[in-house]
Amino acid sequence: MIRYISALLVLLWMATGWASTESYDYPFDNNFIATVVGTPSEYRAELPAKIPVKNRRITIFKDRKVPEVLWHDRQLRYSYALQKNPAPLVFIIAGTGGSHDGGKNTNMARAFYQVGFHIVSLSSPTHMNFIVAASNSSVPGHAIGDAADLYRVMERIWDQLKTKIEVTDFFLTGYSLGGFNTAFVALLDEKRQTFNFTRALMINPPLQLYSSVSLLDRMLENIPGGVDNFHRFYDRLVEEIGRVYKRSDSVSFDEEFLYQAFAAINPDNEELAALIGTSFRISSANMAFTSDLMTNFGFIKPPNIYLKKNSSMAVYNRVAHRLGFTDFFHIYFFPYYKKQDPGLTRELLIERMSLTQIEDYLRTAKKIEVMHNQDDLILEPGEIDFFPRVFGVRAKIYPKGGHCGNMDHRDNVAHMVNVFKPSGH
Amino acid sequence: MMKVKRELSSAAVLFFICLALAACSSAPVQKGDTLIEPKFPSEKILPEDATYLSDQIADPMEGFNRTIYRFNYRFDRYLFLPVVSAYQTILPDFAQQGVHNFFNNIREITTLINSILQLSFKKTYQTTGRFVFNTTFGVLGLFDVATVAEIPRHQEDFGQTLGYWGVGNGPFLVLPILGPSNLRDGVGLAVDTLTMREIRNWVLDLETWQEWTWLLTDAVDTRANVAFRYYETGSPFEYEWVRLLYTTKRRIDIKK
Repeated sequence: MIRYISALLVLLWMATGWASTESYDYPFDNNFIATVVGTPSEYRAELPAKIPVKNRRITIFKDRKVPEVLWHDRQLRYSYALQKNPAPLVFIIAGTGGSHDGGKNTNMARAFYQVGFHIVSLSSPTHMNFIVAASNSSVPGHAIGDAADLYRVMERIWDQLKTKIEVTDFFLTGYSLGGFNTAFVALLDEKRQTFNFTRALMINPPLQLYSSVSLLDRMLENIPGGVDNFHRFYDRLVEEIGRVYKRSDSVSFDEEFLYQAFAAINPDNEELAALIGTSFRISSANMAFTSDLMTNFGFIKPPNIYLKKNSSMAVYNRVAHRLGFTDFFHIYFFPYYKKQDPGLTRELLIERMSLTQIEDYLRTAKKIEVMHNQDDLILEPGEIDFFPRVFGVRAKIYPKGGHCGNMDHRDNVAHMVNVFKPSGH
Repeated sequence: MMKVKRELSSAAVLFFICLALAACSSAPVQKGDTLIEPKFPSEKILPEDATYLSDQIADPMEGFNRTIYRFNYRFDRYLFLPVVSAYQTILPDFAQQGVHNFFNNIREITTLINSILQLSFKKTYQTTGRFVFNTTFGVLGLFDVATVAEIPRHQEDFGQTLGYWGVGNGPFLVLPILGPSNLRDGVGLAVDTLTMREIRNWVLDLETWQEWTWLLTDAVDTRANVAFRYYETGSPFEYEWVRLLYTTKRRIDIKK
């Protein structure tokens, strides 16, 4: 009898599990498509088109030396939108290379502002402006260093805002690398207690930075003929987009047109992987070269060459786009941090740049939640299991969505908002 | 009016002094006699026979262009964008949309002329339809009824017409205030602007202050509808990217 009941229970459990996946109507089962295309408008949450966002600049280090070519990035740019009444405040951290006013941050800001929160939006510590204006070392990608930089920035911004608004609770969130940063900032806050975050939400974070960036580096191998043939790949892509554009009624490259183009071109997985790889390669080139300019490490630029405001950077541009995150790690990042800590090994550094380092904290910190996708491209096979294992019910794993492709889906937005609403728990 | 002219000319003088000062400082400076090799020297990383996208774009005046690029950033930040943002705060959304529709409708004239010059029956026919529709039912273009009626909008200018007849890009240019361009498109823009001015004077016979109001409103409306912000792409190679993407976009526009 007990066996029958347990069998029935298993069946019921399966049925409900099934039902919950069935009712999630995110349209793309292919994780490459999901990552590139995101969420089509009919599946998106309804968000206000405009919220009263203010773009601001702030000086983080008074005596910072900035090389001539980076003169425009002395101050950190960020944005906020404030409520008139006392309300919780959410800090939003962008993903790799992402800006405070990028698409994903903007949509999250709209969602949180709509339900009555103050929002402060920050660029990723890997963004050029952050590296120049707000990173203590200017060598980004360090879990603990980036968290300290972010925390300093948040404190400075809060110093300026606290006379303007009343805040009831502090929340923290970020997507991709920003989700990873969220965990380490939350941990730092336990010690520093400036904010005493009541809740934090990690969205599609990597588990181990090194394994994710290696995956992303390898995606470029999908360019037909390899990186040497990038210009042919680009020309063909432009050619195809041009052909669709010619036939379409659209006069601008808006989102709707890009969907059209996507459907017409119908790229295969290799081409999509090449696109994703290219997008991350651009981020890694920007990050590595900016950092090189700041520290004069001699990664790409000869350390005794000084660029003028009008100097052409064509050669460095080409070299930078041929190097990946892993080159940055082995030839720059690791030697840089080994200098400060001679006992450091590559293995140790790789191990430290991982959520597994703070697994015990994540297991017990009830305030931290995670939302992720079963088919996220930046995770190695099996890595996704870490999240339900460590976070338990505080992990929400969607069956599809690729890397951040479903963030605008109405169910995802509803979940994000619920995590921060007292009624959500 | 005299005062405005005088201010404008002194601004122009100042502008060119800045240019002259900046133009001589484009070569990188080496400290010490021997070059210290970086970890990834270009000679070792870049294959000798490699070709690049940027090879297709001539930019002999890069130093000068970069100077104008910086000027545009400052012009944007300290004058243009504050004016745009005041305009957006003062004018209600529907009025902004009206202004935008109005100027878009005027621009149909440029598209119409160039569609004819490109011998495109379809574009000529559709653009005429849009202009007539919007000027009449759309109350002088304030309402875009043609789009509601699903008449496709085209954008053709004299740069595209030249391209259509086989004229190449010429060297890349960054124009003051207007941004990325090239010799062909710069000439095209001058031709379109002068043509429109002739037509405007012929049809409306505006006073000088009215003409200035027209031009400034047009400029503010145009900037309000372009999301691009100088030095905010997060790339130390932004200038190179803008050059590549501008050139690519124009290549596609000419084919359309």
